[in-house]
Amino acid sequence: MSKKEVIVLQDILGTNKKIAAEIREKTERRGILTVNFLSSPGAGKTALLEKIAERLKPQAKMAVIEGDIETERDAERIRAKGVPAWQITTGGACHLEAKMIGKILPEVDPDVDFLFIENVGNLVCPASYDLGERLRCVLLSTPEGDDKPKKYPKAFTTSDAMILTKADLLPHLPFDVEKAKKEALELNPKLKIFLTSALTGRGLDELIDFFLASRRELTRHA
Amino acid sequence: MHELSIISCLFETLLEKAREHKTRKITLVKLKVGKLAGVVPEMLESAFDMYKKGTIAEQAKLLIEEVPLKIRCRACSTQIEKDNYIFVCPACSSTDLEILQGTELFLEKIELEID
Repeated sequence: MSKKEVIVLQDILGTNKKIAAEIREKTERRGILTVNFLSSPGAGKTALLEKIAERLKPQAKMAVIEGDIETERDAERIRAKGVPAWQITTGGACHLEAKMIGKILPEVDPDVDFLFIENVGNLVCPASYDLGERLRCVLLSTPEGDDKPKKYPKAFTTSDAMILTKADLLPHLPFDVEKAKKEALELNPKLKIFLTSALTGRGLDELIDFFLASRRELTRHA
Repeated sequence: MHELSIISCLFETLLEKAREHKTRKITLVKLKVGKLAGVVPEMLESAFDMYKKGTIAEQAKLLIEEVPLKIRCRACSTQIEKDNYIFVCPACSSTDLEILQGTELFLEKIELEID
């Protein structure tokens, strides 16, 4: 019996990253802009997606993958808008992984322009898992407080855009929009920031323009 | 709490390496975990202890080396170790920074017994 040391030097999440890279390659080649939505539970991811569906559907084809621990509810809400939606129920897992997206991808119409993925509501764990998205958006709702970016840095440092939601509640809350923006930009100076309300429609045109422009940029390079 | 899922990925690699080197016992597992890797070392330890029962790593010791966050400014080439997440160069205030280390989640090495 002898002891042996084996140098491995391998990324523990390497398998997830590899699958994510395959998904990115496949979707981008088809001109599909994949967007991963991250936020804590109740920040308004599904409500925002419903509004995006209303505004995007007349001009583009989209599909949605919903991630939740349990229930088919979110996918039903999206289907009610006439948009194909798949529900992943993780049964307890706090985040989506690339292999879950990879399983659904063959069922998604290859001609869609946009594929939105709504991650499990959690501001921590989903940040560590690349799903093969081109854009990652972190949502922060005004009732959660303007101090969240620094408390949950990874979600903000790995995102391309921060979408502040529930702007209609601002008159009733001590939420300081400038402070939230400043905190987020210190973490990630390249972050695009949107102030939105699914209820009043505030900021949604700018957000839709951002998605359309991102897709134009993708198809130019594809 | 995705540490258990990370440990489950780790075990896939451990079992693969064990087969490759024909060992029945892994005695040490060493990880490198960046400060911005998004995981809590203590929770990785608990998840490892929970997961290892009944496996070839049942008696393995887990060593975690925490890697500090280090950045380089692309504008003035300043390199600095950071203890906060303010991504602004302290020398020239540029925001064009490159992360040199601190996001890794690596299995560095293992020790095993062979016949």
